[in-house]
Amino acid sequence: MRGVRRAPGIAGAGSRGPVSQASLLRLYHRFRALDRNKKGYLSRMDLQQIGALAVNPLGERIIDSFFPDGNLRLDFPGFVRVLAHFRPIDDEDPGIRDPKEPEPLNSRMNKLRFAFQLYDLDRDGKISRHEMLQVLRLMVGVQVTEEQLESIADRTVQEADEDGDGAVSFLEFTKSLEKMDIEQKMSIRILK
Amino acid sequence: MEGAELAGKILSTWLTLVICLILLPSAFGVSLGISEMYMKLLVKTLEWATIRIEKGVSKESVLKNSASVGIIQRDESPMEKGLSGLRGRDFELSDVFYFSKKGLEAIVEDEVTQRFSSEELVSWNLLTRTNVNFHYISLRLTMVWVLGVIVRYCVLLPLSLKNWLSELVHLTCCRICVRALSGTIHYHNKQYRPQKGGICVANHTSPIDVLILTTDGCYAMVGQVHGGLMGIIQRAMVKACPHVWFERSEMKDRHLVTKRLKEHIADKKKLPILIFPEGTCINNTSVMMFKKGSFEIGGTIHPVAIKYNPQFGDAFWNSSKYNMVSYLLRMMTSWAIVCDVWYMPPMTREEGEDAVQFANRVKSAIAVQGGLTELPWDGGLKRAKVKDTFKEEQQKNYSKMIVGNGSL
Repeated sequence: MRGVRRAPGIAGAGSRGPVSQASLLRLYHRFRALDRNKKGYLSRMDLQQIGALAVNPLGERIIDSFFPDGNLRLDFPGFVRVLAHFRPIDDEDPGIRDPKEPEPLNSRMNKLRFAFQLYDLDRDGKISRHEMLQVLRLMVGVQVTEEQLESIADRTVQEADEDGDGAVSFLEFTKSLEKMDIEQKMSIRILK
Repeated sequence: MEGAELAGKILSTWLTLVICLILLPSAFGVSLGISEMYMKLLVKTLEWATIRIEKGVSKESVLKNSASVGIIQRDESPMEKGLSGLRGRDFELSDVFYFSKKGLEAIVEDEVTQRFSSEELVSWNLLTRTNVNFHYISLRLTMVWVLGVIVRYCVLLPLSLKNWLSELVHLTCCRICVRALSGTIHYHNKQYRPQKGGICVANHTSPIDVLILTTDGCYAMVGQVHGGLMGIIQRAMVKACPHVWFERSEMKDRHLVTKRLKEHIADKKKLPILIFPEGTCINNTSVMMFKKGSFEIGGTIHPVAIKYNPQFGDAFWNSSKYNMVSYLLRMMTSWAIVCDVWYMPPMTREEGEDAVQFANRVKSAIAVQGGLTELPWDGGLKRAKVKDTFKEEQQKNYSKMIVGNGSL
């Protein structure tokens, strides 16, 4: 646990940090358990060997979100940073938060950004029709024909696209989901 | 000089005691009731110690203990509910939330990785815990073990005698070893003990499983050749009973394996084969997927359930963490090993049942009998990646939802 509190991203916004002390300890033990060869960091293989993740249709995309920019190693602060997106929103008291500090990772906006990045394969800030198709294909496997998938992708992009550029930007994405209860769908509550 | 004499006297009296109390009864299969008394004493001591430990436990170990019991609040509703779906609703951008949440929940905690760390217990073995190594070595037990080893080698090696003699010796040695481990084993339903020409199938927790089963009867074993200490022991055992050993590479050739096993059981004079179909040691809280290979051979299967009492000692062997010798040492020096063995009525493959279904049926029977939970996961997950069939199932379910009723 040396250096964990001091590492950037863990200290995070203000003194409270992205996750509570007790949860941090649990996540640290989990990190150590996943690091089978005791390397001190996680590789893609370590995450791929989690059974329930390997059968998840979006398993590869989720793993990608842990290894941005072609990184090959995931250290503990990075691990926590991604998981912090899923911290329940009501843990945070909005009244106390200092507006000058960066937004906490588990804010609604950041949760949406995480979901957006699952679609945005090339990270250009837009979900193109092609990217939508690819992610859809991951979710349905070989069960759906190309034509059916294309029509689903077309319909989805058209519904969300407002400026008519044929792609869904982050703002358009958030707008189409503004009525959605993100809190419940994208939060993992760690038991005390 | 006096000191040395005294030590000599003590040693010789102790030796005689050991021989009388352990070796002779073992040879005759008679129990002196000492083990039972020892067990009762042990239980009382452990209960007392548990209460003491629980009172004085520190915050950190509490955290570690509860960490294994499920740290996140899970919503186990099926995919349809999770996607807020009526059947046949269309794809939504938000569908990705469901999968990502499930994915991240798996990263924080998953069933399989938990199965492979030893079951974490609050009450303890009077020593240290939660995956920290032991330091206390009990001198008495080590000495008994050494004696057992000596006897085993001196008796096993000159073994070119008749079959009945070898069986007797085999049984004796096993009993000695079990006593060395301070083991107490309860056998249930002895009438179903595997007969010659059958296949015995059991769940697997540690190499001691073998010891426990062979104490009560002779088996031929199928396994891979180990190097080192195990190899020597294996070669010694081959002289006592005819076994079927394979190189690990040969094991990959399933047809070869099946052929040799078929030959073995066809010979009615040969001993029943002992197989552990899970393929690897599981930590004795659950039974994982049985590999179908053993069930394709045909013949009668005699299932056996083995369950260790976790209060007395952790028998699970995490092969990626400990090697054989350190594991054996741990076993020798733990206070006791208590386990139950249930023999079950024989099962054969039914009409129209394929090997996989048969394997699952046997697996369920063993799990129910031993009070273990059943997991569909492959024990090989410990080492290898999971098969894609499970992923396809999820994809199938999802596709049915968004395309299903042709609503596009």
